[in-house]
Amino acid sequence: MALDILMIEDEPNIAEAVRFILSRDGWQLRLLQDGHGAIEEIRAARPRLVILDLMLPHRSGAEILGDLRAEADAALAATPVLMLTARGQTADAADQADAVLGKPFANDDLRAQVRRMLA
Amino acid sequence: MRRALRQGFIPAMSQRAPTTHVLTGTRIRERRLALSRRQADVARAAGISPAYLNLIEHNRRPVGEELVQRLAEVLEVPSEELAEGREEARIAALREAAARLPDAARGLAPELGQTPEFLARFPGWAAVLVATARRSEALERQLVALSDRMTQDPYLLTTLHEVLSAVTSVRSTASILSEGDEVSPEWRARFHANLNEDSLRLSTTAQALVRYIDSFETDGAIFTPQEEVEAWMAAGAPPVDEADDLASDAARAMAQEHLDCAAADRALLPDVALAEVAAAEPDPLRIAARLGRPLDLVMRRLAALRPWRFERAGLLVCDGSGALTLRQPAPGFPLPRPGDSCPLWPLYQALAAPQTAMAHLVVAPDGRRFSTLSHATRSQPDGTGGPVLTRAQMLILPAEAGQGAGSEASIAIGPACRICPRPDCPARREPSILGMR
Repeated sequence: MALDILMIEDEPNIAEAVRFILSRDGWQLRLLQDGHGAIEEIRAARPRLVILDLMLPHRSGAEILGDLRAEADAALAATPVLMLTARGQTADAADQADAVLGKPFANDDLRAQVRRMLA
Repeated sequence: MRRALRQGFIPAMSQRAPTTHVLTGTRIRERRLALSRRQADVARAAGISPAYLNLIEHNRRPVGEELVQRLAEVLEVPSEELAEGREEARIAALREAAARLPDAARGLAPELGQTPEFLARFPGWAAVLVATARRSEALERQLVALSDRMTQDPYLLTTLHEVLSAVTSVRSTASILSEGDEVSPEWRARFHANLNEDSLRLSTTAQALVRYIDSFETDGAIFTPQEEVEAWMAAGAPPVDEADDLASDAARAMAQEHLDCAAADRALLPDVALAEVAAAEPDPLRIAARLGRPLDLVMRRLAALRPWRFERAGLLVCDGSGALTLRQPAPGFPLPRPGDSCPLWPLYQALAAPQTAMAHLVVAPDGRRFSTLSHATRSQPDGTGGPVLTRAQMLILPAEAGQGAGSEASIAIGPACRICPRPDCPARREPSILGMR
């Protein structure tokens, strides 16, 4: 079955809560806790949506997003990305994201945003 | 150059008898508050207990001229300014207040020539003016430091991110548990455990943050983790867990790393071996050669052990970017707040010529001279493909009177441009807030 969402988030408890919420809505979701190897994972899994934390160990969310948008495969480069950030950090870092959700967020806001992006 | 170093290693001694100066304590206190320094910090640097300094500052103990000299060094002023009965010091303070007018008041022209008359006729108003100017200076320093901290302090940014992450997790998890939807017992147990974990993390981080912010206000001063570590070192580096000076987690981590490095250095060069050779040989290069140890290790150990001839040694260490990673001042050396420095310190020349020992005589704005020995090393801890890391060290010793007055040229240094009074310095990068000499 095709992967709906790849979530890259280094905070395990946030990742666990999001996985529970979105899996309950029926989305297929995979977690990655580190920026290292993220772009390779996106190439391999080709998810319909990437949920990306801005502050990650090894490679930041902004760097991963830059790499993704620079992919030669146009379809892969255009993968929708939902960036999770602390408010006030959005500035340049999330410019290339399709949507931005500030932390802390309401679960219903996250679910609605994902529904819109995967519609 | 070796001659200069040799002379600099002989400490000056004073045997004058104590005298009572009723108002000297007040001057010491005023100067300390103007610098936003803690009583305990100044006391340790001057080699007395905080309680004794407190009594001195309240004019309840006599203070000898030698101690006044030590305190003046710590407080970065000529000792005459602290001694009582010197009208010149009061006049100088008034002139300093006039020189530090804010930009908006630059058009004002105080009658500097009539300062002695003003002081004689209105001593009370003169004191108010000086106190107000010093308070204004202290507040300006506090404002600049606070502003820097809020926008650049990595500890504050990291801690706030930690708080935000824990809050995000708590909010999402609590919502899941309170929404009333079906949650299996297994998931419910996991979420309860996560909530417990996040609430503990939140509590610990919030406490650390409050401690850190509280430290801004300690005795009217602002302390960075590096300053906390310096205060801890000045107190004799007590166990990290019991050290009152180490208020922040960042400072405790830095102190522990310092202890680990010092222990590794001591294992490579034990106290007895170093003290024995240093007693016979004042030149660190020769000490290194006789011990068969690298010069950078010998310099660190001399500054840490402070054997005979090196009792007043200080050490500055910087990384390849020039950022100071260790600041162990020699008495009287013009050291600014962390994050700032003078580009003319020979320490930075050493960065450009690694593995070469450089001896220089430097002169501070107040005329004090110091012998310095600077040396940089390079390493590649990640192997040949990794980055080249450079680290420079500068060993500092107060020079003897007359040292360097002959053929040796000295380098005119300062603390940092902002608080340096040298008008024609070729390395100046910003205007000074002090009146130029």
